[in-house]
Amino acid sequence: MQMTRALVLVSSDRESMERGARQVFERLQQEIRATGLQDEVVVTMVGDVGRHDALPMVIVYPEAVVYGPVRPDDVPFLVEEHLLKGRIAAGLQASVRELSGRIAWLSARQGTLPAEYRIVLSRVGLIDPEDIEDYILHDGYEALGKALTTMTPAQVIDEISRSGLRGRGGAGFPTGTKWRFVASAKGDRKYVICNADESEPGTFKDRLVLEGDPHSIVEAMTIAGYAVGASEGYIYVRGEYGLALERLSRAIHQARQMGFLGRGIFGSDFDFDIHIHAGAGAYICGEETALIESIEGKRGEPRSRPPYPTTHGLWGKPTLVNNVETLANVPHIIRNGAAWYRQFGTKNSPGTKVYTILGAVNVTGLIEVPMGITLREVIAIYGKGMKNGAAFKLAQTGGSSGSIIPASLQDTPMDFDSFTRAGVSLGSGALLICDEDTCVVDLAKVLLNFFKVESCGKCTPCRIGTQRAHQILSTIAEGTAEMDDLKDLLSLADGMANYSNCGLGQTAAVPIRDIMRHFRAEVEAHISLRVCPTGVCPMSGRRAMVA
Amino acid sequence: MSDIAQVDDKVRSVVQQALDRHGREREGLIPVLSEVNRALGYLSPEALSEISRQMRVPKSQVFSVASFYRMLSTKPRGRHVIQFCESAPCHVVGGREVWQALQDELGLQPGETSADGRWTLVTTSCLGVCAVGPVVIVDNDIYGNVDRAQLPQILARYA
Repeated sequence: MQMTRALVLVSSDRESMERGARQVFERLQQEIRATGLQDEVVVTMVGDVGRHDALPMVIVYPEAVVYGPVRPDDVPFLVEEHLLKGRIAAGLQASVRELSGRIAWLSARQGTLPAEYRIVLSRVGLIDPEDIEDYILHDGYEALGKALTTMTPAQVIDEISRSGLRGRGGAGFPTGTKWRFVASAKGDRKYVICNADESEPGTFKDRLVLEGDPHSIVEAMTIAGYAVGASEGYIYVRGEYGLALERLSRAIHQARQMGFLGRGIFGSDFDFDIHIHAGAGAYICGEETALIESIEGKRGEPRSRPPYPTTHGLWGKPTLVNNVETLANVPHIIRNGAAWYRQFGTKNSPGTKVYTILGAVNVTGLIEVPMGITLREVIAIYGKGMKNGAAFKLAQTGGSSGSIIPASLQDTPMDFDSFTRAGVSLGSGALLICDEDTCVVDLAKVLLNFFKVESCGKCTPCRIGTQRAHQILSTIAEGTAEMDDLKDLLSLADGMANYSNCGLGQTAAVPIRDIMRHFRAEVEAHISLRVCPTGVCPMSGRRAMVA
Repeated sequence: MSDIAQVDDKVRSVVQQALDRHGREREGLIPVLSEVNRALGYLSPEALSEISRQMRVPKSQVFSVASFYRMLSTKPRGRHVIQFCESAPCHVVGGREVWQALQDELGLQPGETSADGRWTLVTTSCLGVCAVGPVVIVDNDIYGNVDRAQLPQILARYA
């Protein structure tokens, strides 16, 4: 089995290119071949690696050593020292002072391998989640104290806005802006809701935060309540997350006893309390208005928007709804300041992102990496390469509402704006890595089945569209479809995307469009040749070959 | 006659306990339904009527909510409920084969309950334990990295 020992990245943003990144890249390829390392070392050009003055930069994994600025003439020494002899090439390392973005994050990782620097997950696995004192020992409730005793609500919102934090539930909406909407909405009562109905297939990052660091959510919600002027909060946890429910209840109880929840918190005149609402099994309740309906004791059917929950939410009152991961960032930002937070990630998507890595990689699990890291890095460094040395075919991001990312986009920085430009979406943070044994028709069929099952049935484009699209994909997988069916499939996708009431129906179109855009030939082979190129689909309805 | 009265008593006391804990406001409907479902194994027509009467919510609405959520069942279930995750992360790592084997082993289609009342087989959407797919859940026990050969051993643990 072939294993990649090292991954070498060369920055290739415009400025790096002007300063000779291409020559550095070519020289690296030459030297690596000359030293016979071509089977063990992968060299690749990536986009912008963060704002800094040391371009072009070269990053060598798995040690995550950052070199820069690198000139073509530095390359032989770098290859010999680092890749051949396994030590840091003296004098070429970029100075830490000049660094920001992904590079600052790597430098701050304090020698951990694989390279990680955790914000959201900083206490997960480190503290006893059932002991509030352990949380306090690790800077817990310090941010709440700071907010309540030294900041006005407007200052709290300003700090969150300046940090550039964007919603981690998938949409990427600026968190500070949302808080400001709720704060300025008119109403005698306001609510803060933590959306912990994590149900995107492949996503379990929120569960690990709730199970491993429940107080961080209690603290963040209380800060949010202070900022927007709410005195009550709800955590909507999916019913299947038993341990998370237990730990949250205990955390809330302890926080009340210690006076972090209740009346006059930290001697201020601010009152806040939190209720837990357990879901009863419905993916659609992750949609914020369906979630609100569910708390009110109804079927989880999304409302028509506008009006948005920021003005008409729970019981018609202004309501702030934030995802678990978004909230988990808040205390860190308040404690350390917006400038500190902005050093991680990219300019328009600061901070880190928690991903779950699944599928055909050697190591699956949970990572927290800066915004802007690429799929190639994730697979090579954190996934420890593809299982059995297989070739990477595609990644399905963000559970079912994400995109299918073909191998050609594996060097696209994973941040909100770069992904939007590339026509794909980051989704909720699942990365399902698939090798060449995965059939795109079979995958799309499974995804559409999910939408079909989870559609709430309220609006027709989604209820009928998901049903019919799944049917067509099934006939393609059975080898009985005709070419015209593809037209129907795409027009169903358009109908769902344009006319569905909520995100479920709208995103149900995505896998169909993605496979037709990136893997059209493979889909058509199922129809014109009656062959599944990967041998996955049953093709049981295949017509007998004419002798 | 005495049998029916006893069932009624049991339903009534289970509903009463749930109401004491979660209140009679509409907001408490789903928690009440969840608790009664857990205690009785499913939401029988008489349990739904009792909840409707006590909470002053029309029966149609109680049924509409009860039938909406996956964790609530309006039909009786087997002694053990087997849930199989049919979402993509489990599917692409061998879930397809395990699902076929599970149906063969039990002789059941999804949604069916075995004649002896031992098993109910259902599919479920992702439960967030994807790092160890394929995942089979029997009652509250989660089995990860399941392959078809392990199925008989797993099932043998449940009488």
